[in-house]
Amino acid sequence: MKAKQLQQMAGFNILRLCVCVVILVLAVIIYDIASKGIGVISWKFLTTMPRNGMTEGGILPAIIGTFLVTVITAMMSIPLGMGCAIYLNEYAKDSKVTRLIRMAIRNLSGVPSIVYGLFGVILFVQMMNLGTCVLSAGLTLGLMTLPWTITASEEALKNVPNSYREGALALGATKWQSIKTNVLPYAVPGMLTGTILGLSRAAGETAPLLFTGAAFFLPFLPKSLFSQFMALPYHLYIMSTQHHAISKVRPIAYGTALVLIALVFLMNLFAVIVRYRLRKVRME
Amino acid sequence: MDSVKIKASKFNFYYGKARVLKDICIDIVTNKVTGIIGPSGCGKSTFLRSINRMNDTIIGSRAEGYMMIDGKDIYEDQVDVVEIRRKAGMVFQKSNPFPKSIFDNVAYGLRINGAKDRYFIQERVEKSLKAAAIWDEVKDRLNRNASELSGGQQQRLCIARALAVEPEIILMDEPASALDPTATLKIEELIQELKKKYTIIIVTHNMQQAARISDFSAFFMLGELIEYNLTSVIFTKPGKKITEDYITGRFG
Repeated sequence: MKAKQLQQMAGFNILRLCVCVVILVLAVIIYDIASKGIGVISWKFLTTMPRNGMTEGGILPAIIGTFLVTVITAMMSIPLGMGCAIYLNEYAKDSKVTRLIRMAIRNLSGVPSIVYGLFGVILFVQMMNLGTCVLSAGLTLGLMTLPWTITASEEALKNVPNSYREGALALGATKWQSIKTNVLPYAVPGMLTGTILGLSRAAGETAPLLFTGAAFFLPFLPKSLFSQFMALPYHLYIMSTQHHAISKVRPIAYGTALVLIALVFLMNLFAVIVRYRLRKVRME
Repeated sequence: MDSVKIKASKFNFYYGKARVLKDICIDIVTNKVTGIIGPSGCGKSTFLRSINRMNDTIIGSRAEGYMMIDGKDIYEDQVDVVEIRRKAGMVFQKSNPFPKSIFDNVAYGLRINGAKDRYFIQERVEKSLKAAAIWDEVKDRLNRNASELSGGQQQRLCIARALAVEPEIILMDEPASALDPTATLKIEELIQELKKKYTIIIVTHNMQQAARISDFSAFFMLGELIEYNLTSVIFTKPGKKITEDYITGRFG
């Protein structure tokens, strides 16, 4: 009896320790960045151009650039990924081919982002002749997030009980009607959540942007989708490793990191809210 | 005498290579309750689901022989599956109300079949809920989610949902197996009421239930139809020893 309880206590405490370590690491990172970055954050920092060889001024073009690229990424990855997931989960028969496709998708989600970057250069920048620009970068990130979107969407579709599909079919619904009216409404919240989490990861990517359109320094905003742009993660990389006066711009680097983290956090928060609201609507 | 609604002859069904229904020949009578009994895995659910072609959704399944509704083979190429399923409604073992309002559950079948007129839909929903003997319990909360109903109510809601598209046949796959005795009794009374207008086929594991509610009984075993007759005959003077052994509970 005693030994059993001791074992249980030891077990729980080890698990507790694991949680504490994870939280501690996270807290230290956030504290470090926030404490060193908060000093430079101001309305002016967020809304003005970098000046004086990026040693002064703000990071507006990087914020706008990251925003635009993320929008392109979403426009490519959401419809394509959801469509693909619906086809794979609802229509495709379970055969060797579909299993191979699934395996390929899972593997693609593990391909390093720099490989996607190189692929993007060849496909979008060179072959399709789009040049290094917002569009090329967005499409490249779109490709990169597709496996995540497809996997998350398929998972969401799998969570819809089969009895909803059968019930609809038994009432004389066509397959598409049953999917549209009795499967998708219950799967979309999960699909969107997974997709937004994927997008927030893409928003923080640096490597694919290196070759496909991000610029070292541009004191103006992108004029069109075919312009080069600045992006937060790339800007951060430059400010912390490539700048000629690294120690001087260190606070700006921390500020940029803080803005990037805040952006990703906001997107994740948005995902949570979307899921919560859609669930609520569904239940009423 | 009685007219035949569903006629299977030399009907075989395969899941891949496994032959789960073997040369089934049966005439199911209009406006009667036909009970299908037999041990687990004997093919009774498969038989039920091949009458509205719900087995089509299973990959690698294949039918052979004839399955006729009103004299028309439903497995012919040009047959519209949607039309068959509208004609032969189905109530599942586990009640499966959609996570919609009570009203929308019943209206679902009407809407997907193209009904738009609000008054028509309202009228039909009320009529169906009344026919399924659940109207009085839900009439004040039609806009509430169907998941708030009790198990027995959910199953009657599913019956109402099936009735709404005005089928001629109702296929029931152990509709009361997850319900308590009171709720079961309600469903059984309902079936007696419904058979005035519909041809009902019910799969059941419960011998007493089959004896109580069905006019005809079919005993399936290992994919074969062993015996088919009036329920009164099957349960008092079964023609085969194996049928008697099963209904008296000597195996099962």
